[in-house]
Amino acid sequence: MVPLSYYLLLGGFLFACGVGGFLIKRNIITIFMSIELMLNGVNLSFVAFAAHWHALAGQIFVFFVMVVAAAESAVGLAIIIAVYRTRETLNVDQVNLLKL
Amino acid sequence: MNADVNLWLIPVLPLAGAAINGFLGKKSSRQAVTTVALSFSGAAFAMALWVAARFSSLSVPYQEFFAHWIRSGGFHADFAFYLDPLSLVMLLVVTGVGFLIHIYSVGYMWDDPSYSRFFAYLNLFMFFMLTLVLAGNYLVMFIGWEGVGLASYLLIGFWFTKDSAASAGKKAFIVNRVGDFGFLIALFLLIKHFGSLNFEQVFGAVTGLPAETAGAGLLTTIGILLLVGACGKSAQIPLYIWLPDAMEGPTPVSALIHAATMVTAGVYMVSRSHVIFERAPIALTVGAIIGTLTAFFAATIGIVQTDIKKVLAYSTVSQLGYMFMACGVGAFSAGIFHLMTHAFFKGLLFLAAGSVIHAVGGEQDMRKMGGLKAFIPWTFITMGIATLTIAGIPPLAGFWSKDEILWKAYQVSWVYWLIGLITAFITSFYMFRLLYLTFFGDYRGAQVDAHGHGSHDRDAHGHGEPHESPMVMLVPLMILAALSLVGGLVGIGNRFEHFLAPVFGTPEAVEAASHGTEMLLMGVSVAVALLGWWFAHLLYCSRPELPQKIADSLGGFYQTVVHKYYVDEIYAAVFVKPLIEGSTRILWQDVDRKIIDAAVNDAGDGARHVSDEARHMQSGNIRSYAGWIAAGSAAVIAFMIGMWMEGR
Repeated sequence: MVPLSYYLLLGGFLFACGVGGFLIKRNIITIFMSIELMLNGVNLSFVAFAAHWHALAGQIFVFFVMVVAAAESAVGLAIIIAVYRTRETLNVDQVNLLKL
Repeated sequence: MNADVNLWLIPVLPLAGAAINGFLGKKSSRQAVTTVALSFSGAAFAMALWVAARFSSLSVPYQEFFAHWIRSGGFHADFAFYLDPLSLVMLLVVTGVGFLIHIYSVGYMWDDPSYSRFFAYLNLFMFFMLTLVLAGNYLVMFIGWEGVGLASYLLIGFWFTKDSAASAGKKAFIVNRVGDFGFLIALFLLIKHFGSLNFEQVFGAVTGLPAETAGAGLLTTIGILLLVGACGKSAQIPLYIWLPDAMEGPTPVSALIHAATMVTAGVYMVSRSHVIFERAPIALTVGAIIGTLTAFFAATIGIVQTDIKKVLAYSTVSQLGYMFMACGVGAFSAGIFHLMTHAFFKGLLFLAAGSVIHAVGGEQDMRKMGGLKAFIPWTFITMGIATLTIAGIPPLAGFWSKDEILWKAYQVSWVYWLIGLITAFITSFYMFRLLYLTFFGDYRGAQVDAHGHGSHDRDAHGHGEPHESPMVMLVPLMILAALSLVGGLVGIGNRFEHFLAPVFGTPEAVEAASHGTEMLLMGVSVAVALLGWWFAHLLYCSRPELPQKIADSLGGFYQTVVHKYYVDEIYAAVFVKPLIEGSTRILWQDVDRKIIDAAVNDAGDGARHVSDEARHMQSGNIRSYAGWIAAGSAAVIAFMIGMWMEGR
């Protein structure tokens, strides 16, 4: 039996990687992937807790998170394409205006 | 209760007139303005007459509740009206004389560009004055009290483009404010100790208290504070200085407000509060002394004035002093009697003076008049009657009322009587001086040029010669002259006193022996009046070179009197200058600029500095925001880990 703390450490590590990538990277697609990484880190701790406490709520939460993440990535990718079409760049530092 | 008298209509009618003329008058014709002003003030007079006719069938004092005003805990002050013989007398005087002066003003003000404004103010004054005399409690009285002050201010400064008029208005208002302060404090004391301002309740409570003969107590304090208020409104020492300056207003205003009605409000208020004063002998004595001194000093100043209206102004102050003397010796009904006759003859004097000024094209200096009786005979006759009246020649009105006061004063102390008698002599002298300077001798004025040369651009239609006023001005003069002739007769056999007896109490029966004394004193005062007349005739008619010689021989004293005892200058040095200096140096330059302004400016500057620094955080760069969020989260997590470590 793998102890709970291992899962949590792994989840925290994934989340920290996501945060780091989000802060460091300039490419908007990488940033996007970092967000997914953070979500998955959280998902991992959800299922770990669910298994540990024998409660289903955590697992159901994960489903919700996945659904929302899927929707979010669809919208996000659409935005990225739109940004690229108008700005011809994916560098966030050059996309600092809220209007297109 | 007989609730069908509708007393409230009497003040509200002139208010309606004021509103109509005030809001619509500018665009309407003079005829329309005249109609509105006269019909509303006339309606108030008619209504007052109707009330007077029904008066005997009313249960006195008649009280009328009009509307709620203040109801706070146990304290009530409502819009309520109160009618007893005292307010009835005031009501008739105010509406009657007021209406006559309205008529007169039509002629006097016809050429003024602000005709409608004048009548709006005049009607407004009537409203406040009627509120004052009909008030059922001190607070409603105070509304009227302040309101007449406002109307007075507006009308003194009626020709506000003239600097002296504007500042005279301010002076009147500010000096009155000093008096109002005393009045207000007295009202607070009444509320505190009697829990009411209603006349009936206050007087009912006061009646139960013993007279404060031993020393000054609550009632004395209240009485003196009320006197301060009355001194302001009724132009008594030390607050009389505003009244002579108030002559800057149009002459009908001087007649109505500054002779006949408003300035008597103080006398009315003191008489109304007689229950308090009767139990505060010290306050009464103070009132008597103030009145006596005022009567004397103002009369002496009146001798040397050369402006016809200023003479009358000081005469008014002096006559008000008589009324105060009467109240001070406890002869309230005599004071009110004199108030009434004074309203007739002083109103008449002012209106006649206005007619004179009108005749000579705006000139007010008596040295430039003279010989006018040939030009303006009607004005001369009416003014002559008024002069005889104020001088106290029997059987005219002024004789009865003044003599009543002197007789009552004599019963208290011969000092009051003696000073009053000397004042009567001076009064007779300066009034006949005015008459001789104005109407006798040769005309000394320059021929009025084509456009009039008046310093008060009121009379732009100049004529070559002094001319008689139109009928609309003469008729009020004649009516007032008739009233001055016969108005005193109501006092014969103490009938006036008996009429007011429900208010002031029944007069004590005077023992028969003193009737001889009364007759003697009467004879003396008539002799003194005639002496004053003779003296004025000697100086200003038969030997006109004498006054200058006398003035020269008096030297410094004469100069002091000419400068009105330098009272204005003393007040300026003692009160006005320190106030201006203190306000400028301390309040303005130190407190306002260095503390208040500085605090506001520093607060603004400080906020700007702080935000100057803080705005760097708001860069607009998303990743820096994200960095802040991450740093914040890291801090929270570190904190929680720290807590967890400690908990272990």
